[in-house]
Amino acid sequence: MSDVENKVKEIVVEQLDLDIEVSDLNNSSSFVDDLGADSLDTVELVMALEEEFECEIPEEDAEKITTVQQAIDYVTENA
Amino acid sequence: MGILAGKKALIVGVASNRSIAWSTAEFMHQQGAELAFTYLDDKLKKRVDKIAAATNSDIVLPCDVNSDQQIEDVFTELKKEWDGLDIIVHSVGFAPRELLQGTYLDNLTREGYRIAMDTSSYSFAALGKAGREMMQGRDASLLTLTYLGAVRAMTNYNVMGVAKAALEANVRYMAHALGADGIRVNGISAGPIKTLAASGIGNFKSMLDHVAKAAPLKRNVTQEDVAKVAAFLSSDWANGITGEITYVDAGYNIMAMTEVGD
Repeated sequence: MSDVENKVKEIVVEQLDLDIEVSDLNNSSSFVDDLGADSLDTVELVMALEEEFECEIPEEDAEKITTVQQAIDYVTENA
Repeated sequence: MGILAGKKALIVGVASNRSIAWSTAEFMHQQGAELAFTYLDDKLKKRVDKIAAATNSDIVLPCDVNSDQQIEDVFTELKKEWDGLDIIVHSVGFAPRELLQGTYLDNLTREGYRIAMDTSSYSFAALGKAGREMMQGRDASLLTLTYLGAVRAMTNYNVMGVAKAALEANVRYMAHALGADGIRVNGISAGPIKTLAASGIGNFKSMLDHVAKAAPLKRNVTQEDVAKVAAFLSSDWANGITGEITYVDAGYNIMAMTEVGD
């Protein structure tokens, strides 16, 4: 697992308060459909990603980040 | 012994662990206060339950501040638990998102203006009115959170600034109205902090970057910076202070013609 992937997964597990190990988190998992996130959780998740990777994720981009893999891809390309 | 030992405090406005109200609750608990919380809806309840558990509180009550009935119910329930109330922290504000984009008049509507005023300003007066009886004669304190946009025109803040101006006027009128009951009323004007509420304000990161360069202390403030002043203003150490807006903003508000470099 790359550093970025690992860090993103750590943030997802912490932010969504998941009772699983980082290594058990599937890249294809959807925050809302698979991991039980509500709309506030997803906003905070994006805020946590912005802080960790010192970037700004515009709202129109944030809306497209719905799975773990999409978050990893976004951060890899933009941070 | 903390500066709030023996005090009973109602915390209104926790949305997440980033909330100013969350840090204020933690710090007030650390300073000896006993806490009760309200939550807006079921989506927020699980989050408020967490801070309640972390501060040994088992009083968690539903309260949509737009509802007079729910506000009344909070104090009816609180009276069953406590014989009086010393502190209310009001950390609540809302305006429809589209009104916080563009310049002030672009997306302004009568209904949006009403919602911003009702939720962000009237709610504080409503809590004071409903809480008055429980707070009488106890050197009690009402505290709200405001922002510089109340007294300066700011990009994107728009109708929220107008609502905060009304909120700051509320602080003065409520201080006058409640002073004879021994109840103080104050506000904290905090610098920008990245909370869930702030996520509704356009281009927020550029505000943080600007403050970090322009403020005398060359940094942004944290939730903890605000929480400490909130505890002080709610404590007996501040018994001579009422009707005031205290700036916790790294000094940003005193500046003009700031040199921010590149």
